[in-house]
Amino acid sequence: MNDAPSPAPTAKTTQPLLRVTALRKQFGPAEILKGIDLSVASGDRIAILGASGSGKSTLLRCLNFMEKPSSGRVELGGSVVGTERTSRDGSVRTDYSERELTRVRQRVGMVFQQFNLFPHMTALGNVTEGLLTVKGLARDLAATQARAQLARVGLADKADEYPARLSGGQKQRVAIARALAMEPELLLFDEPTSALDPELVGEVLRVIRALAEEGRTMLLVTHEVGFAYHVASRVLFIADGVIHEQGTPDEVLKHPRQARTQAFLARHNEFNF
Amino acid sequence: MNHRWNFDAVWAHPEALLAGAAGTLRIFAICLVLGLSLGLLVGLGRYSRRPWIYLPASTFVEFFRNTPVLVQILWFYFALPMLLPFEISPLTAAALGISLNSAAFSGEIFRGGIQSLERGQWEGAQALGMTQGQAMRRIILPQAIKRMLPALTNRAIEIFKMSTLASAVAYVELLQQGKLIASLNFNPIEAYTVIALLFFAFLYPLVQATYVLERRLRQGD
Repeated sequence: MNDAPSPAPTAKTTQPLLRVTALRKQFGPAEILKGIDLSVASGDRIAILGASGSGKSTLLRCLNFMEKPSSGRVELGGSVVGTERTSRDGSVRTDYSERELTRVRQRVGMVFQQFNLFPHMTALGNVTEGLLTVKGLARDLAATQARAQLARVGLADKADEYPARLSGGQKQRVAIARALAMEPELLLFDEPTSALDPELVGEVLRVIRALAEEGRTMLLVTHEVGFAYHVASRVLFIADGVIHEQGTPDEVLKHPRQARTQAFLARHNEFNF
Repeated sequence: MNHRWNFDAVWAHPEALLAGAAGTLRIFAICLVLGLSLGLLVGLGRYSRRPWIYLPASTFVEFFRNTPVLVQILWFYFALPMLLPFEISPLTAAALGISLNSAAFSGEIFRGGIQSLERGQWEGAQALGMTQGQAMRRIILPQAIKRMLPALTNRAIEIFKMSTLASAVAYVELLQQGKLIASLNFNPIEAYTVIALLFFAFLYPLVQATYVLERRLRQGD
């Protein structure tokens, strides 16, 4: 096996990396996602905006199956995730096996709003964990790769600190390094700066921006409209569980056509290009 | 009442007390290991979503939590051999009763400890591609056990004290030896006083250690 982490895939292929078709999600009687269609090509940087409760986080969580879709199809690298069964009335049900989902999650990394670092492990331990337990790497090789990831997010000197002794921004950067270490094809960011003090937001956004410039494929749920404008290649505005408007950052954020998008953006005063 | 304390008869046979202490420590060690490891299985079982795991585990906990240990020990010693083709020794009967009862109680401690962890810890592990089992072993249990330590040490102390119930089936442990000394020498006051003090001498340091442990764990948070 090659020691060096493989570079992020940058080449545009005709096949989308991720394709979502008619995705729906219900929690009890509440329908949160009402039919989402989405195609993500390698190298895409998609910002997902929307009011809280619009379903944007649920959409992201359905893509690595933290939540299982109620119906619809998710294809990763051209193959359908789960086993589809057509019942007699013609409706399609998808069964997901835990085994398959663990493989999918290795290809689709996630960074959470609340970091979800493991408090009983050091920063290095957090980044090493997936390499050891999931990828089965030898301990010294895993540590070498993990240190490289920590260096990349600017935290080489914090390798031996426990999360309790790190600031929010540092925690989130460790969480990003942890996700990167698994070399995912697609990175999901679920409001990565929403739990941070304002003065710590910048350091995390800088790391995400650097990843975007490397050509990483990412989906980012965020309230940082200005950041989305500068970093995203495409912006989705979600309202009431559907994609209400989408396009280039310029189209959606500067010249929104839909009234709801305009109203949402008007509420974000910090919006400065 | 004018009692003249005389401990001579109690100390006359130190080997009897030593055998008792050895018996107490032996059954304590057996029940601690069996009770806690079985408790972990039962606790995990009650956490399961599969009914064929959850239901037996829950039934087990409810049954052993709601019947007295002494009755269980007597049942294993006197009733079970009538249903089986072989005899059951006093140690086996007492260890079964105490271990199963402890498993039921410590199972609840394990379940509570596991449930006390935030969902984000599961999600953080799953997002890396860990299976449920890997997440449980590597992420959830190490943290849960730290939180459960005070409750588990209390459980250990309970097990130590419950070991005296083994005297009901004449297993040689401290209380059984005390009874023997008292009935041979007609000195129940001295005999039972010494037994009580011996238990105190074993348990007091253990309890103090748990206080220190609890304080240290609280500081770590």
